[in-house]
Amino acid sequence: MHELPITEEIIRLAEETAKEKKGKVKTIELVVGLDSGFIGESIQMYFDVISQNTLCEGAKLTLIPVQPELQCENCGKNFQRKPFSFACPHCGGNGVPTKIGKELYIKSLELEVPD
Amino acid sequence: MHTHKEEVVLHVHASNDNLAEHVQEILKEQNIYAVNVMGAPGVGKTTTLENIIKHLKGAVYVLEGDIESDIDTQRLCKQNIAARQINTFGACHLDAPLIHKAVHDWQFEKDGFLFIENVGNLVCPAEFSIGENIKMLIVSVTDGSDKPYKYPLAFEKAGIIILNKIDLLPHVDFDEKFFMDGVRHLNKDVPVFKVCGKTGEGFQAVAEFLKKIKSCKL
Repeated sequence: MHELPITEEIIRLAEETAKEKKGKVKTIELVVGLDSGFIGESIQMYFDVISQNTLCEGAKLTLIPVQPELQCENCGKNFQRKPFSFACPHCGGNGVPTKIGKELYIKSLELEVPD
Repeated sequence: MHTHKEEVVLHVHASNDNLAEHVQEILKEQNIYAVNVMGAPGVGKTTTLENIIKHLKGAVYVLEGDIESDIDTQRLCKQNIAARQINTFGACHLDAPLIHKAVHDWQFEKDGFLFIENVGNLVCPAEFSIGENIKMLIVSVTDGSDKPYKYPLAFEKAGIIILNKIDLLPHVDFDEKFFMDGVRHLNKDVPVFKVCGKTGEGFQAVAEFLKKIKSCKL
């Protein structure tokens, strides 16, 4: 259930651009942070079903995953956290959350448009 | 026909976030301060509201979000609390369109609180803005002290955290230091209030905090 409304929104956004260009969607590149709360594979599953009879029917959904990163308060370096730990692997400092890994946006659309 | 690649940045949450901003404007015009109440099922969200409301003077409204049933709304209405129900029928969280529908024709009295009790869930409610001024996260000692590590987003986004059921501390293996370390890593300055829903202990301080932050924000 969780990815259904998000997938509907992805199709709506892609259709909006396709309508503007009087075209049909061939490929959607979707950036999905692994901390976005949404699973790319689930979006894919819903996409294949609910894109039928839309301008996205038959389109390829390309998922671009982004690994979440924390930033160390001490040395300033970004790093990927280990389970149950927020410690910086470089200096042992405290890692705080960043926006990296929370992305959920369409990066590009390949459209089939009239000549 | 030819193919053509459009480089775009189309944020999937944008339409929800825009509507959430609109909800916040509607509420602000009526001097309503909105609290998004998040927490796992059974953590004591409704009990927490009952306890906080006892210490708040002035108008208080509640929107109850549940997958099904209006048990909590009935419970609050019996105490003369102005509560309305939203049922999501399967959806795991409230979103801005649902809140917009609920508030756009609600005539609030001036200067009050609107508590929006989200669907019992520690995951999805943190991902959707619903036009709130603050997110209040409720966790209880019976949930286990590892929750900040397992559900980081809810802790990261919380503007206030309530630790409930502290009367059960002697009976459960709750490692408060481990819990607080996790909280502080994710959210350095968030106030954490220890309360007991059963006895009402600790809720006056929560109410005072909310009154103070409301007077600063509105």
